[in-house]
Amino acid sequence: MGMALLEVDNIHLYYSTSKGIVKAVDGVSFELEEGETLALVGESGCGKSTIAKALIRLWERNVSSVTGEIRFEGRDVLHISDEEFRMQYRWKKIAWVPQASMNSLNPVLTIGEQMIEPLVIHHDVDKDKALMQAMDMLEAVGLPRDIVRRYPHQLSGGMKQRVAIAMALILMPKLVILDEPTSALDVITQANIMNLLKRLRREFKLTYIFITHDLALASELADSVAVMYAGKLVEWGSSDDIYVSPKHPYTVGLMGSVPTLRGEKKLTFMPGEVPSLINPPTGCRFYPRCPYFASRGELKGLCDRDEPPYIDVEHKGARRHLVSCWLYK
Amino acid sequence: MYASSIADSPWLSPNHLVIGHRLKMWYSVQAGLFSKTRYVRAVDDVSISIGKGETVAMIGESGSGKSSLGRTLLRLYKLNGGSLMFDGKDITKAKESELAWFRRRAQMIFQDPFSAINPFHNIKFILEEPLIIHGVGGGAAEREEMVIRTLNEIKMNPPEDYLYKYPHMLSGGQRQRVAIGRAIILRPDFIVADEPVSMLDASVRVEILTLLKEVQQKMNIAFLYITHDISTAKYFSDRIAILYAGKLAEVGPYRDVVKDPAHPYTQALIEAIPDPDPSNRFHDKKVVGGEPPSLINPPRGCRFHPRCPFAMDICRREEPPMVEVKNGIYAACWLHIKK
Ligand SMILES: Nc1ncnc2c1ncn2[C@@H]1O[C@H](COP(=O)(O)OP(=O)(O)OP(=O)(O)O)[C@@H](O)[C@H]1O
Ligand SMILES: Nc1ncnc2c1ncn2[C@@H]1O[C@H](COP(=O)(O)OP(=O)(O)OP(=O)(O)O)[C@@H](O)[C@H]1O
Ligand code: SF4
Ligand code: SF4
Ligand SMILES: [Mg+2]
Ligand SMILES: [Mg+2]
Repeated sequence: MGMALLEVDNIHLYYSTSKGIVKAVDGVSFELEEGETLALVGESGCGKSTIAKALIRLWERNVSSVTGEIRFEGRDVLHISDEEFRMQYRWKKIAWVPQASMNSLNPVLTIGEQMIEPLVIHHDVDKDKALMQAMDMLEAVGLPRDIVRRYPHQLSGGMKQRVAIAMALILMPKLVILDEPTSALDVITQANIMNLLKRLRREFKLTYIFITHDLALASELADSVAVMYAGKLVEWGSSDDIYVSPKHPYTVGLMGSVPTLRGEKKLTFMPGEVPSLINPPTGCRFYPRCPYFASRGELKGLCDRDEPPYIDVEHKGARRHLVSCWLYK
Repeated sequence: MYASSIADSPWLSPNHLVIGHRLKMWYSVQAGLFSKTRYVRAVDDVSISIGKGETVAMIGESGSGKSSLGRTLLRLYKLNGGSLMFDGKDITKAKESELAWFRRRAQMIFQDPFSAINPFHNIKFILEEPLIIHGVGGGAAEREEMVIRTLNEIKMNPPEDYLYKYPHMLSGGQRQRVAIGRAIILRPDFIVADEPVSMLDASVRVEILTLLKEVQQKMNIAFLYITHDISTAKYFSDRIAILYAGKLAEVGPYRDVVKDPAHPYTQALIEAIPDPDPSNRFHDKKVVGGEPPSLINPPRGCRFHPRCPFAMDICRREEPPMVEVKNGIYAACWLHIKK
């Protein structure tokens, strides 16, 4: 493989709250080649959106610390000035379709006005030229050009989601972070958006980080999959490995709970609850729910005490297959 | 004789516990003070019946009328047409004061457990309340026994740990258990569950569905499972009913319909749903475009015709009747009507 487009190296992002420090992302690393799509998956609250916000450098006010490195085309973009990141990277090279963005369009601005605002304000683009660019991009996402004159309430959910995607693509970025881009949509509309994302990826040679809690949906786009649990990455590898032979007990549990429409399969679930990120369990954060920990004596005093390292396991797909679990040591 | 009056809808069974025949439920909406009233035809001539202990999944896109139909079957609305039978009794026009027996036997579970349970009450009271309302269970000691029995049934063990907790102290999955407990404590024989798991994560979703299935079977409850997700319905349902724009598109045994869907809309829904498979990324889906129509002014003829890849002239003019396509599978589509 060539040089990675994006390298995320041991990032931590903590929030401070009245109840204590929330360790929302706690030492996560992964990388992405140009043209690759990585699916970032995991249950609600595991830190997916927090990673997205770190990558685009638009985190909440109550963030207490951000550490680690994020290298884009080999350059650390986490520690450059805000000004430089805004001028050179945000929207230009790294774009973001925020979670629930279709519902956060400004109701009093036309679609055109809100699409060109960042261009005119931050990038000094002439207004008419910006409007042309907006219309080109709306057309590229399958909407009529004259939709620039309409207001959000005049559009359906699927159309608003297309607008949100067009807004992210307007400056022709390389990397697009898609945070649950279809989760509020009906299945047929969702399938249409997935087709659109595939087409845009081909047409504009995009690299995606596709954030979702839905493993079946992730398989529509993902070349590789990173599985998160309670602020940590527990497994990362090619789709061809993760879907065919998941290794981490959490990934296996998650796969077991995904219904299939066509094949026959008995659904299973993992008892217990996701832990608090203020006081996460020591050692492996999954141990209180792990069936192996419960049944194998030799794991007592290990999983609940020492954090498992990342272990390379055999792989068939293009990527290394890394698992953070003592079973594989 | 009632059986003969429902003979025009042969997918209904006169022996079923719940029988809705040619139900119509329209919402009236007024745009302005002086504009004339218009109707949202949320349930527009739909017939469905559910047997004792049977599970029926009601599937459709947002706005197709699933919740409206579910609530109509619980007689929560005045009907604009059709009839509703429960356990052989006609409740179409019954007054609320005559429905106490029905209210006890028919329950509802909602998508958002918070909307159904009062955040200021503890779990004990939340579960006890239906008993008090319906005057079941005699004294306080007896009621507490029933609450504890129910906590065991919804697997909140040991019950003493939960009796005096408040909803905000519970996880989403536990709150949904409490909502289920509230629905089953009266030992109903009919439950409408409206998207009971769609706000939950995958694993909790399976946990709750497993619990629902268990109580449904143990108590032999007639169950209407409302969802937009055909794939979870698989683990739950004997039969499936597909709703499109306020009308029934197809009804039949779950497995047969999913294996070989007859209605183009059912086909489109199934085609749209991915199974987890890493080869999905290499090909686009064949999927219909467009969006469901407004129910104020739905399309003439077949309501699916503006999106249907097989639409013919007749589809734009005339509404297709439901016909039997195969054993026990009925669909409303001109493709299946022999001329
Ligand atoms: N501004 C904030 N202040 C404090 N805690 C926060 C804040 N934002 C998020 N969190 C917490 O950080 C954790 C990670 O949140 P995040 O939104 O990244 O999760 P997620 O994986 O995107 O979840 P979802 O699937 O629900 O979108 C959660 O426990 C969340 O409650
Ligand atoms: N109280 C109401 N007044 C007017 N129209 C309503 C009302 N409730 C629902 N509707 C309309 O009736 C139609 C059917 O709504 P319903 O809620 O039954 O659909 P649904 O299939 O349950 O959708 P969802 O999947 O979004 O829950 C929709 O067009 C909706 O906008
Ligand atoms: S490290 Fe131990 S507790 Fe964690 S997943 Fe592996 S076996 Fe289970
Ligand atoms: S009746 Fe016509 S438009 Fe309707 S589903 Fe059948 S073929 Fe399509
Ligand atoms: Mg999120
Ligand atoms: Mg509904």
